[in-house]
Amino acid sequence: MLARKDPPVGTQLHRVDHLLIADMVAEGARVLDVGCGDGALLQLLEERKKVDGRGIEVTREKVNACVAHGLSVIQGDADRDLDKYPDKAFDYAILSLTIQATRHPRPVLEQLLRIGRHAIVSFPNFGHWWIRTQLLFTGRMPTTVNLPEAWYDSPDAHLCTIRDFVDLCRVVDARVEHKVAFNASGQQLGTWLPLTIHNLVGEKAVFLLTKS
Amino acid sequence: MTGSSIVDHSVPTTSSGNASSDVVMEHALERSLAASREVDEPSSEVVRFTDQPLELDGGQVLDAFQVAYCTYGTLNADRSNAILICHALTGDQYVASRNPVTGKPGWWEIMIGAGKPIDTDRYFVISVNILGGCLGSTGPASINPATGRAWGLEFPVITVGDMVKAQARLIDHLGIDTLFAVVGGSMGGMQVLEWAARYKDRVFAAMPIATAPRHSAQNIAFHEVGRQAVMADPDWLAGSYFEEDRTPRRGLAVARMAAHITYLSEDALERKFGRNLQDRAGKTFSFSADFQVESYLRHQGSTFVDRFDANSYLYITRAMDYFDLAADSDGKLAKAFEGTRTRFCVISFTSDWLYPTRESREIVQALNAVAANVSFVEIESDKGHDAFLLDEPELFATVRGFLGAAARKRGLTAP
Repeated sequence: MLARKDPPVGTQLHRVDHLLIADMVAEGARVLDVGCGDGALLQLLEERKKVDGRGIEVTREKVNACVAHGLSVIQGDADRDLDKYPDKAFDYAILSLTIQATRHPRPVLEQLLRIGRHAIVSFPNFGHWWIRTQLLFTGRMPTTVNLPEAWYDSPDAHLCTIRDFVDLCRVVDARVEHKVAFNASGQQLGTWLPLTIHNLVGEKAVFLLTKS
Repeated sequence: MTGSSIVDHSVPTTSSGNASSDVVMEHALERSLAASREVDEPSSEVVRFTDQPLELDGGQVLDAFQVAYCTYGTLNADRSNAILICHALTGDQYVASRNPVTGKPGWWEIMIGAGKPIDTDRYFVISVNILGGCLGSTGPASINPATGRAWGLEFPVITVGDMVKAQARLIDHLGIDTLFAVVGGSMGGMQVLEWAARYKDRVFAAMPIATAPRHSAQNIAFHEVGRQAVMADPDWLAGSYFEEDRTPRRGLAVARMAAHITYLSEDALERKFGRNLQDRAGKTFSFSADFQVESYLRHQGSTFVDRFDANSYLYITRAMDYFDLAADSDGKLAKAFEGTRTRFCVISFTSDWLYPTRESREIVQALNAVAANVSFVEIESDKGHDAFLLDEPELFATVRGFLGAAARKRGLTAP
């Protein structure tokens, strides 16, 4: 969904969150990647996990590029098109760095939990200490390498912190099976660390969820 | 009245005395004769089914029928690389070879051939003249074995499903169990959907292009205008014109002219013709073809009647009007695809107002509802419905990419 997050198809530089997601996905699973961009994650999952992968992408040019590369992708919208899928149609429904750009994150997450046996969600953590510091000292909406646009240009209408997302999981009755946060250099934070530390130091997070 | 642009060589003239129009008439006559030869004895391959009656959706039975077809490329050893091409309303089996009536190249040579998106070095391409057509498959212009005369209006009304059943007989005859892909645009796309719905285990991949899951009221309305134009022609003779060696030329030409407008877009017409005048300095204050767009449409109409049978046009448009895939599945389109394992790639064009994108999206949503493997691409083009026949690089990339990926999944071996 977001232009900035996708390396070109076929490059070997995989995004850290993609690699973490690939670790969470079982071999040969049926996967739906919502907001699949140019298909880098789908391609990674097909290569490494031999998944039966599908994608939804809102930008027409990216959809067409995906299909031309042999990926099964449709032009569509996370906010509008997920209700067309039957319950448990996929083993994993994935939202990678997309939830913050949806218009209605809560129903989108609920749909994700409905159509997938598991949902995997990755997002940029707005609770990161650098973001908090910027807001505190400049009094303006923070910008970072991952969130470079000014607030009025940003597609990210619903940014949240890791703690916020944990709250949302509770609201939609999602059980957190696994969660990983990682810092700017892509290092995973120890799972033994408390949520407060993840929320402060984690730059992005990946959650594996099921409907409880 | 002749010139270099496509809009020029056409305008029907009343001065039959001049030499160039004699030549035009002669060519038209030749084409008409060639067309009537092709009805029963096509230049292409043909299979005659005489002992396996075809039960039609309308309840009637065709005891004997024939299917004319062309093939390109080589069938591989395990017979797994066959692609069936389904043609549109006025198409034919000559997708990538010279049309014996018009002498023109195949209608989809831009798509099909060695190294092309549908690569005949890899795939075995089969293209079939539809049931109800007039270039070698049984239709109203064919001889009715019961009477020894052409069927005319005694030919049973057929459906898109009937066309597909006839094609399945041919595929059986060729000893092919599962088609690697079925591909078609417009009415060809409807056949693709019928194939996928009726023969779920026999279609590995399906590409319905610029099509719809049902004919809309507007689609039916345009067809009715065309049919009424044919029937209003005094030479139609209630469908038995062939018995008196006549042809409802004017009616069929008008039908084609009206239909042709629906294949284009306002932008394309504006870009191509605008209000430009046809080889004249100013308006003539008459009803001759002052405007290029008039001349173009007259040309489309007059060349069409030389190659197409008027009754065939009635029957095929009727079959399209009857097409409603959901209606055949308790009103639920998704039900038509239940249990499918076919890989789909649905393609639409932004300026196609005959079968607009939202109708392709309905197909996609129905496929999503049964968790089918589906890709959906909308291609930006201002060329209207006909874009699927034209030079659209994004279409070619999509077809090539989708078929390539499907071939990898299927583990296709080269022929």
